[in-house]
Amino acid sequence: MGVKLLLAKAHIEGIRGFDVYRREGGYQSVEKALKQMSPDSVTEEVKKSGLRGRGGAGFPAGMKWSFIAKPEGVPRHLVCNADESEPGTFKDRYLMEFIPHLLIEGLIVSSFALNSNDTYIYIRGEYAWIVDILEDAISEAKANGFLGKNILGTGFDCEIHVHRGAGAYICGEETALIESLEGKRGNPRIKPPFPAIEGVWKRPTMVNNVETLASVVPIINMGGEEYAKIGIGKSTGTKLISACGNINKPGVYEIDMTISVEEFIYSDEYCGGIANGKKLKACIPGGSSVPILPANLLLTTAKGETRYMNYESLSDGGFASGSMMGSGGFIVLDEDQCIVRNTLSLARFYRHESCGQCSPCREGTGWMEKILHNIEYGKGKISDIDLLWDIQRKIEGNTICPLGDAAAWPVAAAIRHFRDEFEWHVNNPLEAQEKNYGVAHYADPIHVPVTA
Amino acid sequence: MVKFSESQLAEFNRLVARYPEGKQKSALLPVLHLAQDNFGGWLSSETMDYVAELLNITPIEVYEVATFYSMYNTKPVGKYMFEVCQTGPCMLRGSDDIIAYIEKTLGIKPGETTADGLFTLKTVECLGACGYAPMMQLGKHYREHLTKEKVDAIIDECKKTAGVLN
Repeated sequence: MGVKLLLAKAHIEGIRGFDVYRREGGYQSVEKALKQMSPDSVTEEVKKSGLRGRGGAGFPAGMKWSFIAKPEGVPRHLVCNADESEPGTFKDRYLMEFIPHLLIEGLIVSSFALNSNDTYIYIRGEYAWIVDILEDAISEAKANGFLGKNILGTGFDCEIHVHRGAGAYICGEETALIESLEGKRGNPRIKPPFPAIEGVWKRPTMVNNVETLASVVPIINMGGEEYAKIGIGKSTGTKLISACGNINKPGVYEIDMTISVEEFIYSDEYCGGIANGKKLKACIPGGSSVPILPANLLLTTAKGETRYMNYESLSDGGFASGSMMGSGGFIVLDEDQCIVRNTLSLARFYRHESCGQCSPCREGTGWMEKILHNIEYGKGKISDIDLLWDIQRKIEGNTICPLGDAAAWPVAAAIRHFRDEFEWHVNNPLEAQEKNYGVAHYADPIHVPVTA
Repeated sequence: MVKFSESQLAEFNRLVARYPEGKQKSALLPVLHLAQDNFGGWLSSETMDYVAELLNITPIEVYEVATFYSMYNTKPVGKYMFEVCQTGPCMLRGSDDIIAYIEKTLGIKPGETTADGLFTLKTVECLGACGYAPMMQLGKHYREHLTKEKVDAIIDECKKTAGVLN
């Protein structure tokens, strides 16, 4: 059993309610921070902890906090990004649903560090029942003096408001989220200015992911230095992984980032192996946007070393032979899955979710979907594969926000590692309707030469 | 005539009070949810104009938002809307078969409503239930680990609630 900092108590009966949560040691970090620490020293602990943003980008959270502007007389806001929408990712939902007070506690401490008197939780609209859970937790915290005016007699005021979105992946991008919080379409803003300088209502705004803010609780309780000792290198602390796809035990797991990918997939403590006794074909280890890897490159790096479940190891080899930790949405594909079909499904997702502001993304995502549709349904040409490659290249880096990149990367990686499967579809259009390409050489424990 | 009741207006005021003074437009998304829930499950132009008036913004500011977000229905929908996820992780666990089964059972395609006005089928993109796939949203809640038998049971449950089936 690895260290569990966030979910260790998530299954204690009644932990969703304030009394049990408090009895189990909840809200101690609020007492410690507000009574014994200054806002800057809280930020300092988060910096020391090495905590990296858990939403996907992995940017150091403490450093991000230190960017917040402090103009005289202008209110600042902390906004919790609970717009979890990256396919494969359902960890924030789990945390909010089972142990909501952990998030509220983290939000109070973080609001104190950033001097946010009105803090918002932007939650995706579909998580409608979780809105009730959070609002109950907020009321309980308020009734017990941890929210509202003059918290614990320290003079710090804080209210937390839950703002429900309405179905738009793009609102997970922080400037689109801010636009949406202002009651507009979720069109990302051009940066700079960054939200830390000019965010919601033109006020300095800090947007952090649910898991990031919940992690502030153990950081304050144990101290940043102790937190940093968990994990390895720049992958400190614990990470929630939401595992799904063709595995025996889909679910949310808290890992300490020192375990290997192989152990994560095959051990009974985590995914419990591939379902129905099938073989592992491929995996998207960090949410649908990150590059898909064939089995052999997933379990070992191109250099033949064991690959681990952490930021550095998952990205070892760059995009040529590695992937990313991303949001921790771990999607496993077994030998019966078709890479073309899977890529088409994700391409449709990005076409649907493109806000339409930038032409490369608006047009490119639609073109990619149509071409993949043709290949999948036996109407593809060999030149289509190169055309797909060309289109994704022209989307990447040419849009206001990273949705363009997120749409381009899955297509690029699928072609990079599984080009022969695409060619087989084109060359055997009838057979491809009936049969699956299978695992081919992907599951072999040998090095796969990187094409493209 | 579209108009919030007194208790709905109280909820409207509670929503608006969350945002700084003069920033009442920020309440638009939550207020549209409130309107959709109370005015027949969709947003007519009359409803949208009413919301604009309440928030003191122009109607176009409401229309552009209502048409951007996938949860707002700008056309009438059935009493029960099956929003079935079809994105990658659900597809890996057989969502295509579930969608085909619902199409066959209800005799409608995605985007259509049954003649009796009871059911609408809508395919949606990732709802964050990938580990419990295949799944659908029905009203406020998720129905997960779907099988054909579960779909049948859900259809019966809806019919019973609607009083069509005893």
